[in-house]
Formats: sequence, C-alpha cells, structure tokens
Amino acid sequence: MPIASSTDPRLTAPRAAPRKRIRLSWSDPVFRSIVWQVLIIGVIAAIVWYLAANTHRNLAARRIATGFEFLSRNASIPISESPIAYDPSVSTYGDALIIGILNTLKVAVIGVVLATILGTVIGIARLSHNWLVAKLAAVYVEVLRDVPVLLQLLFWYTLLQTLPGPKQSLHIGSAVFLSNRGIKIPLLVWQPAHSWALLAFAAGLVGTWVYARRARRRQEATGARPVVWPAALALLVALPVAVWAALGAPFHLELPVLRGFNFQGGGLISPEYGALLIGLVIYTASYIAEIVRSGIQAVAIGQWEAGEALGLSRAQVMRRIVLPQALRVIIPPMTSQYLNLTKNSSLAVAIGYQDVVSIANTTLNQTGQAIEGIAYIMAVYLTISLAISLFMNWYNAHIALVER
Amino acid sequence: MSDIAAPASDPSGAIRPPAIMLGPWGWARANLFNSWISTAVTLAIGYLLLRGITGFFDWAIVHAVWSVPLNAAGTPDATACQTAKGTGACWAVIADKYRFILFGRYPYDQQWRPAICVLLFIGLFIVSAMRRFWRRELALIWLGTLAAIGVLMWGGILGLSFVQQDSWGGLPITLILSTFGLALAFPLAVLVALGRRSTNLPAVKMICVVYVELIRGVPLISLLFMASVMFPLFMPEGLNFDKLLRAQIAFILFAAAYLAEVVRGGLQALPKGQAEAADALGLSYWHKTGRIILPQALRLVIPPLVNTFIGFFKDTSLVLIIGIFDLLTAGKVAMSEPAWQGFSTEIHIVLAIIYFAFCFAMSKYSRGR
Amino acid sequence: MSQAETTSHFVAPPGAPPAILLDRVNKWYGQMHVLRDVSLSVAEKERVVVCGPSGSGKSTMIRCINRLETHQQGRIVVDGTELTDDTRALDTIRREVGMVFQSFNLFPHLTILENCTLAPIWVRKMPKAEAEELAMSYLTRVKIPEQAKKYPGQLSGGQQQRVAIARALCMKPKIMLFDEPTSALDPEMIKEVLDTMIGLAETGMTMVCVTHEMGFARQVADRVVFMDRGEIVESGPPNDLFENPQTDRLQLFLSQILRGH
Repeated sequence: MPIASSTDPRLTAPRAAPRKRIRLSWSDPVFRSIVWQVLIIGVIAAIVWYLAANTHRNLAARRIATGFEFLSRNASIPISESPIAYDPSVSTYGDALIIGILNTLKVAVIGVVLATILGTVIGIARLSHNWLVAKLAAVYVEVLRDVPVLLQLLFWYTLLQTLPGPKQSLHIGSAVFLSNRGIKIPLLVWQPAHSWALLAFAAGLVGTWVYARRARRRQEATGARPVVWPAALALLVALPVAVWAALGAPFHLELPVLRGFNFQGGGLISPEYGALLIGLVIYTASYIAEIVRSGIQAVAIGQWEAGEALGLSRAQVMRRIVLPQALRVIIPPMTSQYLNLTKNSSLAVAIGYQDVVSIANTTLNQTGQAIEGIAYIMAVYLTISLAISLFMNWYNAHIALVER
Repeated sequence: MSDIAAPASDPSGAIRPPAIMLGPWGWARANLFNSWISTAVTLAIGYLLLRGITGFFDWAIVHAVWSVPLNAAGTPDATACQTAKGTGACWAVIADKYRFILFGRYPYDQQWRPAICVLLFIGLFIVSAMRRFWRRELALIWLGTLAAIGVLMWGGILGLSFVQQDSWGGLPITLILSTFGLALAFPLAVLVALGRRSTNLPAVKMICVVYVELIRGVPLISLLFMASVMFPLFMPEGLNFDKLLRAQIAFILFAAAYLAEVVRGGLQALPKGQAEAADALGLSYWHKTGRIILPQALRLVIPPLVNTFIGFFKDTSLVLIIGIFDLLTAGKVAMSEPAWQGFSTEIHIVLAIIYFAFCFAMSKYSRGR
Repeated sequence: MSQAETTSHFVAPPGAPPAILLDRVNKWYGQMHVLRDVSLSVAEKERVVVCGPSGSGKSTMIRCINRLETHQQGRIVVDGTELTDDTRALDTIRREVGMVFQSFNLFPHLTILENCTLAPIWVRKMPKAEAEELAMSYLTRVKIPEQAKKYPGQLSGGQQQRVAIARALCMKPKIMLFDEPTSALDPEMIKEVLDTMIGLAETGMTMVCVTHEMGFARQVADRVVFMDRGEIVESGPPNDLFENPQTDRLQLFLSQILRGH
C-alpha cells in the first residue's frame, strides 16, 4: 500500500485494511452472499411483477381506472358524525376521507388519555396492600385481556342500543340524557369571553412554568423551596376566572330538549362513538395496568429503602427516585399500547362509527377503487406508526444519554 | 450493660406472636383493615361487590329462564323470556342455539364431525404444551392431526358425506384460522427473524425489516380487506381462492411478522458464545442455526410466543367484518334471529366465556411453567 | 485518635443516655419468631459489631433501628426519640441515622454527585452549591472525588459502596448503621470499603455494623454482639469474645468463619 506522499507525518493517512478481492467461487463468502441476494430479490421481484401484471389485466377487464382522480368526485356517503362541515350532496370523497382521519384521531387521542388514567389506577391497585383491591384489579386484568376486543365492542354497542328511547331516557337532572340515540350533554354557548379566559389560562400556564423555574433557582441558591401551588392556583384558576368575570361572566348552557321523538340542542355522544371509546379504553387499560405494575415492580425495593433511610418522605422517594426509574421501563411498552389502541380503533367499521377504515371501505365499495382505498388506509396508519416509532427512538436515545 | 437477653423466661423460645397477628382475623387485619383508609375502601368495595354479585346471581340463576316450549310452528316460543326480560337471564336462547353458535351452518346431523375436530384441536394444544412431547415427532403429530381435521371437515371419503366449505362455521373456523395460521406462520417467522439478524445479506435484511414493519404498522383489518377485495385482482383470470383461504393467507402474513419479532428477541437474548462455540466446531450455518441456536432461542421466548398466540386467537374474531362464519359471527347471527331479538347479552356472555376459557388456559400455561 | 485508642475497650461515661436502646424487642414474620427479647444499648461514640450466622436476625435488628422493619413488642429508643407509628418521630430519626446497605442501593438514574446531594437538598433544605461542596468533601474523604459526574453503573462495587457511605454521611448523621456492607463485594474490593469504615470510626462516629469481618471487628469494635436464632447470645469486647467464647453456638460459628477464611 503506498504511503501518502506528504512528508508531514501528521498528514499520513491511517492505514486502511487491505481490500478484499471477490473470487468468483462458491467457497468465497462474499460471492456466495451476493448470489443469494440476487436470487432472493429476483424471486420476490418476479412474484411482484406477476401479481402486478395480473392486477393490471384484471383492472382493464373490469374497466377500473387506477389513480386518485376519484378523490375530487362528489361523495354521496352520508356521514353522521363529522368534526368539520360536510354535506353529502356537495362534498367530495377527499373530504370524506379527511373526516375519517379526524374521527380516528378523535377516538384515538381521547381513548389514549382515558386508557392511561384507568390503566394506571388499576395497575397501582394491583399492588395495593389491601387484598380485596389487589384481587379485584387482578380479576379485571385477567378477564378483559382474555376476551376479544371486537366482542367487547359489540357488547357495549348492543348495550347502548338497548337503552330506552329518547322519551323514556335515563337522565341526570334535565341536563344529561342517556338513550338509544346516545348520550346528550349540555353544551356551553361559546362567547368571546370564553376565548379570552382560555387565553388567560394559557398565559397562566406559562406563568406557572416561569414561577416554578424561579422557585427551583431559589431553592438551589438558598435551600428553601418557595411553595409553588398557591401561585399556580392563582395563575391557573383565579386569573382565567377574573378575565371571564371582567368580561361580564357570560355563561349560557344549551340544554338538550326532547322535541317529538328526538332531542334538540346540546351535544351528542353517539352510541357508536361511545361504545368504541368505552370498549377500547376498558380493553387497553387492562394491558396498561400490567405495564404500570411491572414498571413499578421493576424498581428494586432497595431503592425505596435507601430513599427512606436518607430521610426522604414517601412522596419524595416516589417523585425523585422511583418514578424516574419506573418511567423508563413503562414508556416503551406504553407507546406500543397507544399504537395498538389506534390500530384497534379500526374495528369501528364493525359498529358503524365512521373512521378511516369505515369511510375508505364505503368509498372503495362505491368507486371500485380497491387498491387506492387500501393504500390510503395503510398510508394513514403507517404515518401514525412511523410518528410513534420516531418518538420512541428519540426517547430511547435521550434515556441512553442520561444513563451513561 | 443489659444487652445479654435476660435468661429467657421461656427457654424453648416459644413466645407466641400476639394473638392479634394470627389466624384469619390477623390475616384480615393485615390485608383488609390495616388503616382506616384501607378499612373504608374494603367496606365500600365489599358492599358494592356483594350488591353486584347478588344482583348478577338473581339475574343469571334465580330469575333465569332455562328453556321455553316450542309453538305450533315448531319454532321456540320466547314469551317466557320476554316477560322475564330485565329481571332474569334467558338461557333458553343458548339451549336453543348452542349448536348453531358452536358449529354454524354445518349440516345438523353431521355436527359430530366438527365436534370431534374441536376435541382434536384441544388435544393437539395439550400435547404441544407438554415438555415430554417436544421432539421431532411433534411435527408429525401436527401434520397427522391437521390432516385428520381436514378429512373430517370436508368428508367425501371414508363414507363421510362431502360438506362444502361455505357451510363450515363457528368454533372450528376460529380454531382453524388460529391454528393453521400459527403452524404456517411459524416457519416463515423464523426465516424472517434469521433474515433480519443476518449480517452478510444486507438486501435480505432490508426486505425482512420492511416486511415486518409494514405489517406491524397497519391494523389487521386492513390486511383482511386486502385479502377480500384486492386478492382477487392479483390472481390470473379464472383462478380464484375461497374467501376463508384468502383470510387464512392474510392471517399467516400478519402472524409471521409479529412472531418474527418474538423470535428475534430470543435470538438477541442468546449469549454470543453459543454461536461462537458452534462456529468453532465447524458447523455450517444451517446446522449451527437449526441445532444450536434456534432450539435455545425458542425456549427462551415461550411465554411471549404464547402471548402472541393468545393475541391471534382473539384476533381471528375480526373475520366477522369480512363476513367469514367464525364463532363470533355465528353468535351474532344467532342474536339477529327474530324469535330471539333482545337477548344478545346472554349470547355475548357465552361467547366471552368460550374465548376466555381458551385464552386463560394458554396464559396460565405460559406463566405457570 | 490513635490506633491504640481505637482498639481499646470503650467505656461510656456513666449517666449519659444511650444513643440507641433496644428493650426486649420482639418481631415475628407470621409464625416465625425472628427477634426474641432483644435488648441492646449503644452509647454515644460506641462502635458495635453484630455478627452471627445467616438468618440469625442481625439484619432485621439493624433495620428495626431506623424502622425499615417494624417491631411488634418492646421499645426502641434512638437518640432520645422512641420509634412508634408517629411519622414525625420517624422523620427525625431517619435524618440522624445513616444507613449503608449490602447491595449499595445507589440511585442508578442520578450521578454520584446527585446521589449525594439529593437528601441534603430535599430534606436538609440546603442550597445546591453548599450541598455539592459538602458532597465533594465527603467524596474526597472516601477517595473518589474524580467519579462525581459518573453514574453508579460505571463504578466498581467497592467504589459504589464508598459512594453509598459518602451519601449517608452527607446527611451529617449522628449514628451510622452498616448492614453487611462488604458481603456483596469481590475480595479485592473489601479492603477499600473497610478502610473507609475504619477512617470513619476514628472520627468518633457512633456505629452499629453487621459484618463477618473479624479483623475489622478486632480493630474497630468496642463491643461485639453475637446473635443466633433471633436472640443475643453473647456480647463483649472483641478479644474476649473471640478468644474465650462462652457458648457452643459462638464456638461453632467462629470455627465456621475461620474455616471460611
């Protein structure tokens, strides 16, 4: 190997390992691996090409034009629940498919929040010193994990449907009505004062954060930690209330009222959405409970003892020692449960909630654009999965940095 | 200094712990009433539990209707159930429909055949769970049993009448989808896991990664839709597979991706020394993998493998959405029968018990080994 | 304090209240009687070594002193405060009593320095800079100041146990408890930990130490307590006890220990 011609020894290139020559012989591992790979890729490419050719021929025979031109066509799909304006007579398939995404997100985001709360409560309950509480939590986990989520969804859906009609609905006062049309709840009539109060709350959030940071600095400097919660209470509650009161304290609820055979006004949680949410939350919570339990158990008892022996209170041990360690064990499987909940929300199609899959399914049945419809479903979920695994990679890298 | 114990008043050391710590009362004190909060919680939950259990007992046993007479037309007369509705369960719907729920539309007088199949499946699971059958012969047992199940279900030979696949249904479909799915997905999963671990075949590794991540990133239902609407487009004209077979293929592809990740976990957990020792002995790649690495790696991942299998077993219920007649679909069809409108809760409970029994047995096994 | 003084038998000044007093303490795990009428009094600045076969209740006893275990009968008074269910009494005692565990129990997610400053900051309400200064001074005393920014997982067992000692000292305790501090260590690391403990003994710290290190006991202990089957069988100055065991149980134990070394 030629040494770099420069005379300066610092510029001498580090000596590279000698490059291996590939021999055209079956006993040469590099040659063999290349042959294998070419072979395998060739076979897979051939299969894909064969299927693609068949598909092309079949589509031509059925006179189906491929492409996404149908997205701008008028969709006559009736959509009962939509977060954005939708009119089947003018809106397009594209609009309908966007509504599908929004509906999926609506159930997934709220489901994730509720399942986390319920699952954490049950997971901690399983570790309770109270035998009855621990056993009850264990039975919950055991039973709900071992029954298919689809069966649970159908159960909740039929249960909500067998509720009495609007006229005989179960109700709490004259505000909340539970009937086979869903759950009617009062809606706040939104006014500018509310937006300002919300803005004040956001400002309070920032203020609390700044205050907590200052409290921390002060503690580092003097040792005494100023109490944060009164200021936080003032900023988060008193400030928005004051803003709202200063603007005349408008508060008007739109109550659901029974007119004829159905309710008018107020907000509605449809039986489809309700059943999907309840089913997914209850099912996923049973998995989350196990994750939380094993996460807490993963922190050795010695950590508690060491913390307490140093004079830290139980709350301080929990906050400063146990929780940071438990979260590392909990967060990775927890995110995969969030992904599972999101994927399971596709079972909405079985009970008629119009999510991504349900609307795509209707679209492909109406237009015959099977490939595009399924590609759309997969693209949506793959995007969500990818986003979650990017977050996971970032999180793991972050944790690894702290660890070493 | 007084640190030597005073000559023990009781040299045998048989001082009993205070009575308050012993016996059922001591246990209850320690586990149910050890603080006032705990006591309050115990009492509140105990009360609710008692109310719930007695309420359920009243509904499910005391006021339940167990059977109903047939009316003139030969169909069951559900009047008794209708009157008891709300206060008592109507188990008569199960008494009337259980064979439909279990075996679907399989010819009524031939339903002993799927019944035997279910028993064969259960026997197969039990045999596979036992350590002393973990030998090469197990593969033969599987092949033989699955073949016997095929013969029993289809018939057409040995004097059995031929039964079309369209009329199969109920529990056997659930078991077929999950068991055949597992049996065929498993070898594929092992190959994919090995491919993903391979260091000198980057292109193969790439394909395996894309396959696994693609399948795991999308919901199963999208794969089932693909099987039911897109699969026919892939096939040459004139050739078409049965719907069940298409769903089965989707299932295998789905299961293999998840199983591959479990197997990969086992391969990763295995100490490097094992592979090095095999290399030092001069074993070829396939010998090394087949005789040294895989048997150990698979043994390591039995609990997660069983958990994955439980997941598939439950997931077979999704075929309801593409209209395949599995256990859940059979139950749902039974619910929609006009005579039995409004007794879906009872059917849901029975279906849940059947699924639970299978899954619980498997999860107990995976934890209790 | 010179070496000669360290080994001399400690005599508590008459009338001084004991730093630790155990009075007929009993404890059961279910039916199992693990502490039987244990009575022990430790004077201020006294160094007591507790030894005994495994399962003899010595760890349980030492863990009762800062109430990681609760006793069920008898009295335990530490530094003038009786241990009861009262949490305030417990808080006071835990500040004054430092503990070192067999398995170190360092907090793996915190650096060595953070391990040492956590309790001074949150319990003693010490400014961060001051706590860090204090921590560095103790880390210097246990001879690992250069490891302050590392995490426990990066240290050897002996280093970890020395950090654990420094961490306990950062709370400026009046009493130090050691629960088999060298049992989980490789032989070559035992000495560095024992040296640290000997150094600590020379400062006049009140120490109760569960250990099988007879050399350490001879050099440092004012008194050795031998426990077996939940009771204190013999106690006295190390040389008396080791040369003239009065009971068969101690003889047997000593012969096993010596054979083991």
